This record gives sequence, structure tokens and C-alpha cells, in this order.
Amino acid sequence: MTRLGWYRFAVVGGAVALLEVLSLTGAIDKITMQAPHLIVRDLWRMLVSGRMNGAIMKTMGNTVLALVLALGVGIIAGALLHRLRALRDTLDPLFATYYAVPVFAFYPFFIVIFGLGDTPQILIAFMLGVVAVIVNTLNGLDRVPNVLLKTARILQMSPVDTALRMTLPSAGPYLLTGVKLAVAYSFIGVIGSEFIMSRGGIGYEISFAYANFDNATMYPLILLILLASIAINGVLSRWEQRLLSRRGMR
Amino acid sequence: MSVPQVRLQGVDKVFMAGEPPAPLHACGPIDLELRRGEFFAVVGPSGCGKSTLLELIAGLTSPTNGAIEFEGRPIAGKAPEGMGVVFQEDASLAWLDVTGNVAFGLRRANLPRAEKDKRVRDVLNLVGLSDFATSYPAQLSGGMRQRVCIARTLVMQPRLILLDEPFGALDQQTRLLMGDELLRMWRETGATVFLITHALDEATMLADRIGVMSARPGRIVDVVETHWPRERDSTIIEHADFGAITARLWHTLRGESMKTIGRM
Repeated sequence: MTRLGWYRFAVVGGAVALLEVLSLTGAIDKITMQAPHLIVRDLWRMLVSGRMNGAIMKTMGNTVLALVLALGVGIIAGALLHRLRALRDTLDPLFATYYAVPVFAFYPFFIVIFGLGDTPQILIAFMLGVVAVIVNTLNGLDRVPNVLLKTARILQMSPVDTALRMTLPSAGPYLLTGVKLAVAYSFIGVIGSEFIMSRGGIGYEISFAYANFDNATMYPLILLILLASIAINGVLSRWEQRLLSRRGMR
Repeated sequence: MSVPQVRLQGVDKVFMAGEPPAPLHACGPIDLELRRGEFFAVVGPSGCGKSTLLELIAGLTSPTNGAIEFEGRPIAGKAPEGMGVVFQEDASLAWLDVTGNVAFGLRRANLPRAEKDKRVRDVLNLVGLSDFATSYPAQLSGGMRQRVCIARTLVMQPRLILLDEPFGALDQQTRLLMGDELLRMWRETGATVFLITHALDEATMLADRIGVMSARPGRIVDVVETHWPRERDSTIIEHADFGAITARLWHTLRGESMKTIGRM
């Protein structure tokens, strides 16, 4: 591990150790928070017992669905807008201010229309993610050097071949930024709306445990979310790192 | 009489440019014939439509007037088979290693795998990149990246190679050495080479014939024959005729270049 890596490890490890000490000495009482080692133990037990499997599967399933939709729609919309200059210029201010709008405000409205099923949650997560994908797709396509498209024509590549073998890999690192954001937004959208109102899922279970002073459920679930997002982000960052270092961009 | 490799007859190119769009006469009318296997260089003042001329021959853009033929067949605004282009800008593919970049040119070729691999190896040898077969473009210098692009063009064994100021971004010494390599590749492949450059000495050193273009709209105002032997390298700059040829190019070009900077 690098020296910087050790520093980071020391910061996180120190914070956990501090929490442990404060909990064990009673400075933090049990109703507020459990000691970190108990959280880990409870998470292990929870996963082994399988009592949260339904909630985990529901949240993960909805997140993946929202992510796939955001990526599919976002990349296609980005590619189309890249060609339709006038429409893009019209929509640009909308994209620029989009994230100033709290999308969650629409959640009750979606529940009224679609009912309290999975649809409103997936829709919120999709709406959060899709614009990040569109914006980064446009950015990536803008940066494809014109000379590569000329090269494709000289090599007599078909439009589909050009898109898949020239444009897509060339814009790759920028698209990946969109993917990373979409992953985070999908998670936030699904779990956030489960908190507000839903009939299941990790967010719902945390909220339910919170209302019932059930720390043995609440904290392990929070830890689970942390671990899951760190793991996913770690994999994507690694992939990004490889792409960028190959291109001398990092 | 043999068919010329390329024939341009009364070729004109007019663009719509600016805001509001107005017609801009980029080049022409141009009449030009490239002989099979010759090394033809084009020099001209900046902005005279040299690159447009290359794009017209490559089929990347269509002429407004006139006709262009490649080996007797008209080019209808579509890149023909048997022609390779090396651009001024870096066109290496950042996501592929050197071997992948070179093999990219052969992707659609209907050849057995072993034959493709062999061709890639041979071309990497020819351009001196064998030791960098698994490097990525980002790890290479500008000159080496340009050689990757040249290798990707050569691997397709084109009969005509168009080069648009391929060494424009390189320093003088590297340019001389790249010129040597280009001459060697030209001899070994037997292809016709069409080189666009703004460096007069580079044109004199490399070419059999040099076309001098006028200020915009660019026309060919002079064609100079160098009469160099086919076996030659950058030491030709020591030849007694070298200065005279370069001077004749500059004599024609000086007035044209003055027009472009508004001194007429």
C-alpha cells in the first residue's frame, strides 16, 4: 500500500477505533449507537439468517433496473442530441439547472399516478441518473477527435461500425463518468424513496428499525449500504483508472 | 498510354462558411495527374486549400465542379479502396496498443489470421516500432504516434498514400529522419505518395515532382521536377541542385504567400 493509502487507512481506522472506545466506555449510550464490532457482528448474523434477503433483493433489483434504464435512455438520448444541434441548444439550460430541482418532490405525485409499488421508486432513481448520463455522453461525443471520424471513413467503416469501434471507445472515459454518477444516483433514488414511503427495501427497513429503536437492525443495514456503494465505486474507479492510465490521462 | 493513378480535371471546391454563411472558394480550378509510383509533394501558402485538395482526392469531400478519378474510376465523395491517408493530427487510437492500432486497418480485410499477424509484424518492423508492439499511444512520443498511423496505413498495402503534413508537429531533426523513413517505405512498398507540406526543403528533399499552389482559391501554378534518383535519403540536401530547386519553389511561392498575409 502507498504511504497515502496508509494515511487514509489510519483516518478511517482511527475513527472506528474512537467510536469503539466511546461506545465501550459508555460515552455514547446504547440507544444512540452500538459499538462498531457489534454492528459488524449483527450484520453477519442478519446476512446468515437471511431475514433481510427480501429487502436487499428488492432494493438491488430496483437499483439495477433504474441504472439500466438511465444508461440506455441517457446514452441513446445523448447520441441523438449530439446530432440535433438545435434541440440540444434548446435543452442545454434545462440540463444545466436540472440538479437544482429536488426530484424527490415529485415522489408523492408518482405514487398517486403509479400506486405504492416499485414504479415510483425506479422512476425517481431513473430521473436522478439519466441527465448525468446524457450530459456526460454529450461531453464524450464532443471530444471525439474529428480526425478519428475521417479515419473511419478512409477505412470504409459503416456507421454502426464507426459508432461501436471508433466513437464509443474514444468517448469511453467520459461515458464512464456518467456511469459512475448514474450508479450513485440510482442507489440514492431507490433507497431515498424507500425511506419516504414504500412497502419494503433496505431504506424502508432502516426507517422501520429507526422508528422502533431497533439499533441491532438499523446500524448493520447502514453498514451494508456503505459497504455495497464502496465496493461498486471501487470496481468502477479501478476500471476508470485503467482506462485513463492507458491513455496517459492520469 | 498508361492510366494515371489520380486525375483531377477542372476540380473546384466551394464551401459555405461563416455566419451568415457565404460561399468560400477554397481551391480550383485544378488539373493534376499523379503518375503511378511517383512521390508528389504539394506546397502552398497557409490557407490555400492544400488540405481540401487532399480531402477531395481521398473522397472525404466532393468537388463542386470537375471530376476526380482514381485508377480510371471516378471518386464519388467516398473513400476508395487502395488508398491510405495519414493526417496531420494524431489519429492513433488511444484505447488500443500499437499492435491493435496497426491491426485495426486490417479488421475488415478478408485474410487468414496468420497472414494478418504477419503483415502487422512486418509493418511494425518497417516503421521501427517492433519493440513497442504492446505500448499504448500515450506512452509514445509524437513522432512515434505518427509512425503508428503510418503503419496502420501501410499494413493495408495501399497503392496510393496521401499524407497531410504528417510531420508538421515534429521538430526539425525528427522531421529529417522521418523523411528518410518515408523515402525508404515509399521505395519498399512501390506505392504512389502524395505529400502535403508547408516546408519547402521537405518537399524538395522528398519528392520527384512538386506542385506549387497559389493563394486561395488554390490552383497549381507550377510543377517542379527534381530528377532525384529513386535511391535517395535526406543527404540529398547536400546535392548541388537542392538550393536551386528550393529557391525556384520560393520564387513562385513568395508572391502567393504575400497575398495571404495581405501585402499585395
